[in-house]
Amino acid sequence: MELLEKIISLRFEIAAFLLFGIGFMHLLVEKNLIKKIIAFNIMDSSVFLFLASQGYIQGRTAPIATDGVTDAALYINPVPAGLVLTGIVVSVSISAFFLALTQRFYHRYHTVNFDEIMILAKEKDVD
Amino acid sequence: MKKQHWKAFVDWVNGTAPERAPAAMPELPAKREKSPRTKPDEARRVRVFSRIYRITSLVVCLSVVCVLLYTLFHLPLFGAEDNPAVNEVVERYVEQGLAETGAVNMVTGMILDYRAFDTFGESSVLFLAISCVMMLLLKDQNNTTAADTLQLQRERETEREISDPILKKVVSVVFPCILLFGIYVVLNGHLSPGGGFSGGAVMGAGLILYSAAYGMDAVSRFFTLKTFRTLTTTALLCYALSKAYSFFTGANDLPSGIPLGIPGAILSSGLILVLNICVGLIVACTMYGFYILFTKGEF
Amino acid sequence: MSETFEFILIVALIVCAVSALHAKHLLSAVVIFMAYGLVMAVIWALLQSPDLALTEAAVGAGVTGILLLLTLKKIHALKDKDE
Repeated sequence: MELLEKIISLRFEIAAFLLFGIGFMHLLVEKNLIKKIIAFNIMDSSVFLFLASQGYIQGRTAPIATDGVTDAALYINPVPAGLVLTGIVVSVSISAFFLALTQRFYHRYHTVNFDEIMILAKEKDVD
Repeated sequence: MKKQHWKAFVDWVNGTAPERAPAAMPELPAKREKSPRTKPDEARRVRVFSRIYRITSLVVCLSVVCVLLYTLFHLPLFGAEDNPAVNEVVERYVEQGLAETGAVNMVTGMILDYRAFDTFGESSVLFLAISCVMMLLLKDQNNTTAADTLQLQRERETEREISDPILKKVVSVVFPCILLFGIYVVLNGHLSPGGGFSGGAVMGAGLILYSAAYGMDAVSRFFTLKTFRTLTTTALLCYALSKAYSFFTGANDLPSGIPLGIPGAILSSGLILVLNICVGLIVACTMYGFYILFTKGEF
Repeated sequence: MSETFEFILIVALIVCAVSALHAKHLLSAVVIFMAYGLVMAVIWALLQSPDLALTEAAVGAGVTGILLLLTLKKIHALKDKDE
């Protein structure tokens, strides 16, 4: 019973772990580079979800000091929010870099399938 | 000597480096004998490898997820007040933040004052990412074929012929609102939710929308490569200098001479407003730069 | 009530993630991924982090999706197979 309660309570953390697993699995197995990038983005946001859900405190509000009230018992934890805020913007720039690399790959090998790229790279560049 | 190295580096970055003389290479080893493996053997090897790879990655992923799920037993309940993450640091940020930074929005006060150096790193990552994308996708004589140029020309012609009146009308109404909202979010970063990162992303998305509706060259009239360079480098330098000043005065116990102002007024909280504008400019330029490099490969 | 809504959002999140990664056509994968970003923005509004919700709505649902779509256009993956 206690376990069930815990599972219901920790719903966001469980979702984050599952999403991390899904993203990681597809990042390794998927052959299409675009799908790999989507999987990487899903992994990213699962980590953000875990951080943000650890910062949440029941019954408290966002850390914006209305009317100059600064009581620590009124606001949620601002540290994870700050970390995630910068993380989101950095993750989009990293995926833009990946996408640019994918475009260059397509320019050279005319495919985005990773296996085919490996075979073509062996044929083209070794001999 | 030094100048030569610098010139070689510049040439290499621009992609105009002359071909290395092949004489410098040691003599090539005799061509390897083709492996005696026959083709079906190779195919079988690849198949076996891919099966092993799939099974291994499945095992690795499942074990990672199992370890993560096991940690659930040691996590505090969701939304608990005695979460160990809520420690004296958080207390300090929340209770002293308003008095020390002057920012009503504690998240902004935290990332642009207590942890400003971290945010400077993040802005530099953005700058680095746009530089890398520019290296990969910026068009010049070396990496553009005649077919690419023809393709781009054709796209421009289609764009000119097929103009979408509904999209244009909607964008002409919506675009000023989006840009205004982005500017509002940046300028009010220390008073309300938002700040440089969110406002910059909103402004960048607005520019992308305008560019998508009015054609690739519409924004290029006022946003060239030169503007982009000036804006991003000025914003980064401004951030670095203003933060270096406040670190210097803070570390040496000097009065910084920057008034914090009344909390709640727009001209308050010292340097945070300036830093927010810098970060917003960098993020907006980066987002729009990604778009324009992905569509036509030049500004 | 709020708990039910949270469960619906979590299920939507996981369904979006799985179906984005299993979609046959890359275009539908990208569109589902943009929907995933929007669900994420709503979750952040629920977790009392309006800063994150703003950023995610602009970035996760907007800019990332647009960059993915532009890449699809560049690699000629937007055409129908039947054409």
